Amino acid sequence: MADWTEEVTQVAGSNLAIIKGGTGKPILVLHEELGHPGWLNWHAALAREHTLLIPIQPALGKSAKIDWLRNIHDLALWYSWAFREKDWFPIDVIGFSIGGWIAAEMATINARQFRRMVLVAPMGIKPPEGEIMDIFSITARTALSHSVYDHDATPEYAKLYGGERTPEQFEAFEDARTENTRLAWEPILHNPALPHFLEGVTGLPTHIIWGRQDAIVPVSAAEAYRQALRNTEVKVTIFDHCGHRPEIEKSNEFIKLVREFFA
Amino acid sequence: MHMMYFTERPYRDVPEDEVIRNRSFFGVPNSFYDPEVGARYYNEYIDEAIYAEELGFDGIMLNEHHGTPFCMGAVMNVEAAILARVTKKARIVLLGNPLPVLKHPLRMAEELAMIDLISKGRLVPGWVRGAGSEQIFNNANPAYNREYFNEAHDVVIAAWTRPGPFRWEGKHFHYRYINPWVLPYQKPHPPIWIPGVISPETVIWCAEHRYPYIGLGTALHSTVELWNLYQQTAAREGYVAGSENFGYLQQIHVSDTEEKAQEEGKAALFGGGAANFSRPEWTLPPGYNSKEATRRLARQATEYGFLGVTSEKLAESQQGERRDPNEAKGRTRERLMRGEVSIEEAKRKIYAQYQKAQDGLQIIIGTPKTVIPKLKLILEVLRPGVLGLFQAQGPLSREQRMNSIRLMGQEVVPALREIAKGLGIVDPFERAPGSRQYIAGTQLEPLVDLDALKRAPKRDESVRV
Repeated sequence: MADWTEEVTQVAGSNLAIIKGGTGKPILVLHEELGHPGWLNWHAALAREHTLLIPIQPALGKSAKIDWLRNIHDLALWYSWAFREKDWFPIDVIGFSIGGWIAAEMATINARQFRRMVLVAPMGIKPPEGEIMDIFSITARTALSHSVYDHDATPEYAKLYGGERTPEQFEAFEDARTENTRLAWEPILHNPALPHFLEGVTGLPTHIIWGRQDAIVPVSAAEAYRQALRNTEVKVTIFDHCGHRPEIEKSNEFIKLVREFFA
Repeated sequence: MHMMYFTERPYRDVPEDEVIRNRSFFGVPNSFYDPEVGARYYNEYIDEAIYAEELGFDGIMLNEHHGTPFCMGAVMNVEAAILARVTKKARIVLLGNPLPVLKHPLRMAEELAMIDLISKGRLVPGWVRGAGSEQIFNNANPAYNREYFNEAHDVVIAAWTRPGPFRWEGKHFHYRYINPWVLPYQKPHPPIWIPGVISPETVIWCAEHRYPYIGLGTALHSTVELWNLYQQTAAREGYVAGSENFGYLQQIHVSDTEEKAQEEGKAALFGGGAANFSRPEWTLPPGYNSKEATRRLARQATEYGFLGVTSEKLAESQQGERRDPNEAKGRTRERLMRGEVSIEEAKRKIYAQYQKAQDGLQIIIGTPKTVIPKLKLILEVLRPGVLGLFQAQGPLSREQRMNSIRLMGQEVVPALREIAKGLGIVDPFERAPGSRQYIAGTQLEPLVDLDALKRAPKRDESVRV
């Protein structure tokens, strides 16, 4: 039996593909900028106790493009509308990279939408030290390669996005890169207003998870997020010898942390 | 036939090793830039334009690129404004202003109108989408490239033709008060030509607007396909497309003897030539190309353009760093990156392609006697109303360049004029593009000569110039 299913649903004036798997209290998963990387170990582990709801970002995969969305904040507003219509709120949320940025924007729109929030190396705030890697002026494969600190120590690296270099996967990457270029080209992968709005977030326990060797979003941004979220309960975990993907680079530790946080 | 002189105005003193080490002309650190050298070259290039006019060229073509020693025309309109004053009768042909990356179409309308006025109506403006690297250099969102292009064009035309003041509230451009107090000399506006490399969308757009399409050195076989696409679109729009709707640009170097020409002409391959214009990931940033254009690129294995857009480059862009090292194509660039190939070895590979590049007409090198038959073949196949002779790139001396221009002007241009006359080629000034009505259902006249095409050499796709 398949671990997950995908269906396209009409919602908030558009068509949205949603991957759904597992059983139990739901978790909303907001995927990264290259798309949904496939059903990995951490998905399977969490799916034993939770129903994972993974919307595919508009314009990627089977989700329709919404041309009038112009930036990540617009997308967060649209997701708020769509998931309200789906009656998913309040819900636990976990967002990765650009998905973490989207989750943070949604929290600023209405923190009550979420019960608890996990942000994994989120974009969205300009790091006080270092720069967010310009993933739009390198290839998808190069970005993918930079996202993991130690390829050899990360068996699931080879499984990301099916692990094959098919023309179909190339097109899927280009769709994702094109849409996120459209939404997040300038300022480069962050929103200067976001840290200010995050000050207004209260009553939303948040766990920020980062890899110390993250080459995509420098770890200094973890502290910037913590400071911005100073009016709510925040925990920060930073893994050593870990890049932009703690969920596969420190898979066991990551699963334990998230499971406990969402218990 | 309208004959233009063109040069990219290269910064010729950049160390070749740096270009190769950088794996691209775009992005060579500007710590290698010497203002004394820059000052000298800008003035020399103005001298070349004046000389070309004296020799009888009908037009001086300029272009614009950013962040690269490949082309010094970072702000082409500055050069054009100078030419407007220092030349007398040549058309000043801008192919083209990269509208999407300049982000201020009203300012563009004003600048171009000033050039047209100072030159007393000699301006031929043209628009381009800008190379992929230009989107990065100017921070222009590549996913909106086509939308920016279309809307910026509409703003310029409106600013030139619609009485002001008026408001513009588009998707990307917003003006509360369009009322430029500088309007073009030519009415309703200067003639517009559009250069292109391979995008079918651009060809269709040109045909819809009745703008001549200028092929930038594209392979003859695929150029024929694109021009047929233009012709079909023109018929749908209700007019007959002819030679007045087309132009072609050819890289060339001429010298007094074949031996000298062959020695000097190697300069065209300097630093890897146009194939090394930018790295694959900069050539095709996300969203820059439509899906259809990407598919077309992949299909046209022999395609080649001056911006280095090749199917090979597309493949590199698809594969990133994980390309199979056993694959022959694109290997040098990546092996260079990994330090597995020396710069000397990379250079040897580049210059080993010299003869093939000539065989495939990527570059035409020789004496007037040997280059004229090759150019004649291009005229026979494509029948372009506009022909640009592109002085070869690379570290040629001022004397070598001026001599090449002299031989072109004194011997090649007059010969080509006679050939064009014999072929019945007319240019956009002799017959207005789009002025002949098409009667639905009637037979379209042949645009190109397919028999001549059979005599044309096929390009070797492995040649990297």
